[in-house]
Amino acid sequence: MTTGVSTRPSTKEVWSWLEGVPDPEIPVVSVVDLGIVRDVAFEGEELVVTVTPTYSGCPATSVIALEIEAALRRRGMERIRIKSRLSPAWTTDWISEKARLKLKAYGIAPPAHGARCVGDLKNPVVECPHCGSAATEQVARFGSTPCKASWRCRDCLEPFDYFKSF
Amino acid sequence: MTTAVKTDAALFELALRMGDNALILAQRVGAWCGHAPILEEDIALANVALDLIGQTKMWLGLAGEIEGKGRSADDLAFLRDARAFRNSLLVEQPNGDFAMTLMRQFLFDAFHHPMLVGLKSSADARIAEIAEKAEKEARYHRERSEDLVIRLGDGTEESRARMQGALDALYPFAGELALADAIDAELATRKIAPDLAAIGARVCDYLKTVFAEATLNAPWDAAVRKGGKQGAHSEELGYILAEMQWLQRAYPGAKW
Repeated sequence: MTTGVSTRPSTKEVWSWLEGVPDPEIPVVSVVDLGIVRDVAFEGEELVVTVTPTYSGCPATSVIALEIEAALRRRGMERIRIKSRLSPAWTTDWISEKARLKLKAYGIAPPAHGARCVGDLKNPVVECPHCGSAATEQVARFGSTPCKASWRCRDCLEPFDYFKSF
Repeated sequence: MTTAVKTDAALFELALRMGDNALILAQRVGAWCGHAPILEEDIALANVALDLIGQTKMWLGLAGEIEGKGRSADDLAFLRDARAFRNSLLVEQPNGDFAMTLMRQFLFDAFHHPMLVGLKSSADARIAEIAEKAEKEARYHRERSEDLVIRLGDGTEESRARMQGALDALYPFAGELALADAIDAELATRKIAPDLAAIGARVCDYLKTVFAEATLNAPWDAAVRKGGKQGAHSEELGYILAEMQWLQRAYPGAKW
């Protein structure tokens, strides 16, 4: 039996499958939510998924590629290629609104918009994901993963992770 | 008869210089993991090292591709001897105390960021896209190191003395980063890399502003310590490589 064109899933369907692939470090959001998946296309019979790294040294990058492939195999896809693309460079501006709400509910302050404007990177207004106060301050520029910084709330006094605008 | 592919020697050198700077600094900075003076800085140092390792993979991967002899980024990192490394002398200098580590990072970041901005417009698309990715990370690194240099320079008597000592010791190594040789001149003519003299002038202006705010005095007229870019290293590099390359040398091809 051969796999004819008619049995091939649409790229829209593939995108919806990828929506179900969680980020290995922040499992409440998917790799699509984070803007890591840049393109889905068929080249002949081969399904090509183009991904972009968040940070160049992020250890999750290879796990993400593996999980995407595993998810597609579970859907019966056999010929899969994961392609890496560097440019345009990943930015937190690609993180969807839906994902920002999910991050907040999970206790991570979502990134401020406008990461691509250099001037906006410094001193962003970050709301505490616990109490919503804007009276917050940075404790350290780096945090538990490459994509986060350590902050604290001056009202409820809780420490929290900020998904840094990048 | 097969036609040998001629390696673009200048392009290969550029990828090695960028990659080796990132690799050797990452190896140095990574040694702080678990030993930094405070937890937040421990995490920051490890994250900076991680970004630099990621950048190393891209640069040395490209170097291997340009060379065309089938060497991977790992082969270049683990199987070259000291004379084949093209990092500047600055990044191989010992960690010393936190002031030395921080000042070395700041002097490197001060050059690294504008250099990457320049490389974003490279005539070689592969160089340009790596630079586009790395530039964002380098900008973030520079924000942290600048902030700390100012806070510790314009800090207590003790912190100021240590930062001034670190600046006196390390400034002579900083000039090499923006000192052009024949390879840099060729790359600039071919529009593959920016003119280093222009980058150097911008770095100098930037350093003057930051050091003024940090109340530190750089030995501006100190003789430039150079040679690393051409493979003539200080004795420090041999010790770094002995530690970094040991496993692959003892157990060739080992994986986990």
